Amino acid sequence: MLNQLTISELTGKLAKKESSAREAIQACLDQIQKVDGQIHAFLSYDAADALAQADAADKALASGATHSQQPLLGVPIAIKDVLAVKNHPLNCASKILGKFISPYDGTVIEKLKAAGAIVFGRLNMDEFAMGSSTENSAFGPTHNPWDIARIPGGSSGGSAAAVAADECIATLGTDTGGSIRQPAALCGCVGLKPTYGRVSRYGLVAFASSLDQIGPFTKDVRDSATLLEVMSGVDHRDSTSVPQPVPRYHSALTGDIKGLKIGLPKEYMIGGLDPQVNAAVQAAVQQLQKLGAEVVEISLPHTDYAVATYYIVATAEASANLARFDGIRYGARVDGKDPIELYSNTRGAGFGPEVKRRIILGTYVLSSGYYDAYYLRAQKVRTLIRQDFLKAFEKVDAIVTPTTPTAAFKIGEKSDDPLQMYLSDIFTISCNLAGICGLSLPCGFTTNPKLPIGLQLLGKPFGEETILKIAHAYEQSTNWHKERPLLKI
Amino acid sequence: MEYEAVIGLETHVQLKTKSKMWCGCANEFGAPPNTNVCPVCLGMPGVLPVANDEGLRLTVLTGYLLHCTIPRFAKFDRKNYFYPDAPKNYQVTQYDKPSTANGYLDFEFNGGMSRVRITRAHLEEDVGKNFHFDRNSGVDFNRAGVPLLEIVSEPDITSPDMAYAYLNALKDVLVYGGVSDCDMEKGMVRCDVNISVRPKGQKELGAKIEIKNMNSFSGARKALEYEIPRQIEVLTKGGKLSQETRRWDDVANITETMRSKEQAHDYRYFPEPDLMPFEPTEAWLEEVSKRVVELPLARKQRFMVDYELPAPDAETFVNDVPLGDYFEKAVASAKNRKAIANWVINNLRAKITETQIPLAEVKVKPNDIPELVALVDNGKISSKIAQDVFAEMFTSGDSPAQIVEKKGLAQVSDTGAIEKLCDEAIAANPKSVEDYKAGKVAALNSLKGQVMKLSKGKANPALVGEILEKKLKA
Ligand SMILES: [Zn+2]
Repeated sequence: MLNQLTISELTGKLAKKESSAREAIQACLDQIQKVDGQIHAFLSYDAADALAQADAADKALASGATHSQQPLLGVPIAIKDVLAVKNHPLNCASKILGKFISPYDGTVIEKLKAAGAIVFGRLNMDEFAMGSSTENSAFGPTHNPWDIARIPGGSSGGSAAAVAADECIATLGTDTGGSIRQPAALCGCVGLKPTYGRVSRYGLVAFASSLDQIGPFTKDVRDSATLLEVMSGVDHRDSTSVPQPVPRYHSALTGDIKGLKIGLPKEYMIGGLDPQVNAAVQAAVQQLQKLGAEVVEISLPHTDYAVATYYIVATAEASANLARFDGIRYGARVDGKDPIELYSNTRGAGFGPEVKRRIILGTYVLSSGYYDAYYLRAQKVRTLIRQDFLKAFEKVDAIVTPTTPTAAFKIGEKSDDPLQMYLSDIFTISCNLAGICGLSLPCGFTTNPKLPIGLQLLGKPFGEETILKIAHAYEQSTNWHKERPLLKI
Repeated sequence: MEYEAVIGLETHVQLKTKSKMWCGCANEFGAPPNTNVCPVCLGMPGVLPVANDEGLRLTVLTGYLLHCTIPRFAKFDRKNYFYPDAPKNYQVTQYDKPSTANGYLDFEFNGGMSRVRITRAHLEEDVGKNFHFDRNSGVDFNRAGVPLLEIVSEPDITSPDMAYAYLNALKDVLVYGGVSDCDMEKGMVRCDVNISVRPKGQKELGAKIEIKNMNSFSGARKALEYEIPRQIEVLTKGGKLSQETRRWDDVANITETMRSKEQAHDYRYFPEPDLMPFEPTEAWLEEVSKRVVELPLARKQRFMVDYELPAPDAETFVNDVPLGDYFEKAVASAKNRKAIANWVINNLRAKITETQIPLAEVKVKPNDIPELVALVDNGKISSKIAQDVFAEMFTSGDSPAQIVEKKGLAQVSDTGAIEKLCDEAIAANPKSVEDYKAGKVAALNSLKGQVMKLSKGKANPALVGEILEKKLKA
């Protein structure tokens, strides 16, 4: 089945003319037909448009185009509903955008298209990427392919579930506090959050501008490297993108990690860590040692403050970022007798409860009289958290942690308790605050039920090569990534 | 009790860039509504701002023109408020780290010089424009994202007239410096005033009242002319003033309460995460500083002092910079500066107006002017002939000496030749001779005129007079 393939497997077949891009996208569309009723990874997709792109790719392949020129030629890639794709709906899983159709392509989408990808589908997510379970979508939750009674993680739950359920070859998501790595862990795929500034944010509907990054969901580490290389690079439309040369990430995938130093932060061995998750991560650490890595204990002393810092910085930025959704220029509008009433009616009806909660929180921490105590202090702590990491990286090449404290929880289990929900991001949040890169890959399963467990690797700023190298070596020495959920069809 | 006013001004000026501050849309007035717009300046989901370098340069240039310090670290902030003309519902501005600070503006006022200190000039973005129709409203976003400089003065202004003089002087500087066209009709300049009154001699300030909605400098003056007596009246009647924002009603010519201190917005400023801090390098600043021009007042003073010109002449060279520059080249090594100024202002400028030939294409070389003046001063040609020479210089571009030489216009100072002409004139005008001898001195002029006529204007008039007198008295 072509939809089950990785990017490298599919492009191999396409190059040898064993399969066509049309067959590949058709296989994905068929799988969506079969399983997405249970999974609900997709909010929408345009089959005719996808098939037309596939035909164009086949034509290009027939006339001699190669994957060394266009690494994604003929590869179906589905997109989180927070990234702007020209002429596609852009809703951020919110009602407030109404029937909004993006008038432009984000930079990453342009790059995917230039690399020959079939860009299709809108993937479910927590509304405006605010959440850790995809239960905050205005269009209903996404279900975990490993157990449809459970959440897929979030906010990029649709992106993770679509890859895990083989509805697509790879997908894009975004990560503000773990929104790629956490769902990747809970759905058993590879999710990478690039260093802040590595990938242009132009076309990403901002949740928290200083934390957001776009990254890939893939079935293995090699594909992650492939996509990252396509997506990366400085962009004149994003002042926060960094003019750092883009390495050939594939060349880092040597399997040789002898002598690399890997840090285990002692602060991450917390109570509340599920024993099965702990066991899987410990086993993974031993495996890394077996592969020749040197594991040392490190300290990230300000870890305890990460969640609080994150919820101040992120909500403050969100409160301003989401102000533009006012019913004046685009999106849904609920009229009122004056502009204030129009705003209030529109936003009252358009935003879900979690989005409103965060806008209020963000508005509060920026308010006169509270700014110094909250926002300013959070910025200072953020600097300390970054320094923790930079100091640790003087001693180690990468840091290893569990991606999440537990495997996927049940739908509805934490939705009444925002604080418990916020704590499910405890291992992933610091990475965004520090602006470093991070990756989650499968490192085992719980038993009864069988649910994926994720291993998180954190790397230096622009240290993606190193964490990809380590992840690849680990992956090649295990079979976790080959396991597939059993979906009732 | 006598009261005094304490006034500070906040002036918003659109910068003269080709494109908007964060996107490539044209910065242009008068296009049909919502035609100079794109996803960025419409605040579409997912877009990001990218700073227009020319906007940053013009900001710093303004800082130089207003004698500000230019911090090596500036940043942008978001100012949060909801209004239909604000596409993002926040305005990108510079809050606590502006690009320029601590300057001043000197200007002529009340026959003397005044100085108003400039607190800061910071860069922000303009918003759209609301239009109200019969049953609904519309917003034109063509203006949204146009770079806007907010120039904040210290409360150094003491009267409506001084405020008016300051605003005009500021406008002169900005137009002169190429920073803004400051076209009031096109909304390129807008100003808000902060005004308080206090008993004369009192140190602490009265309640600060902000007035908005003035569409012109004279509107600002009128608003102050209304507001100062209003505040004084409240106080003299035993009332109290409290901090508030008032709106100027330019139909009723009054100010009225817009919002009190309690209703004041909390703008919740915080650093704009989509833009990097602005940290200009020395080389960048050096480039900008090369664009600093001499300010109108300084130029006027320099022309008056260095070239000993009267104020009206100096002003002519301030208002017409290329002409002033031409004059400076002409006057470089010359002595008779006033004469050169006269030639440039009266003759050259008149010819330019008459022929519509731009100064840059005028054939008369600057150093030909002092040459011409010298020819007159040395008695080589008469000032009447000089006019003809100049006309010829303007058409041919030849030097005055060449023209005088070629056309044989040199003044005749050869005594023999002149004596001959004088004899001729005396012989031909016995009546005049008789009159002169009878004591009518004016008759000499008539004879002089005859001699000049005979010489075709070339005879040295002084010499003619001298010789005639000698002959008649003989
Ligand atoms: Zn624009």
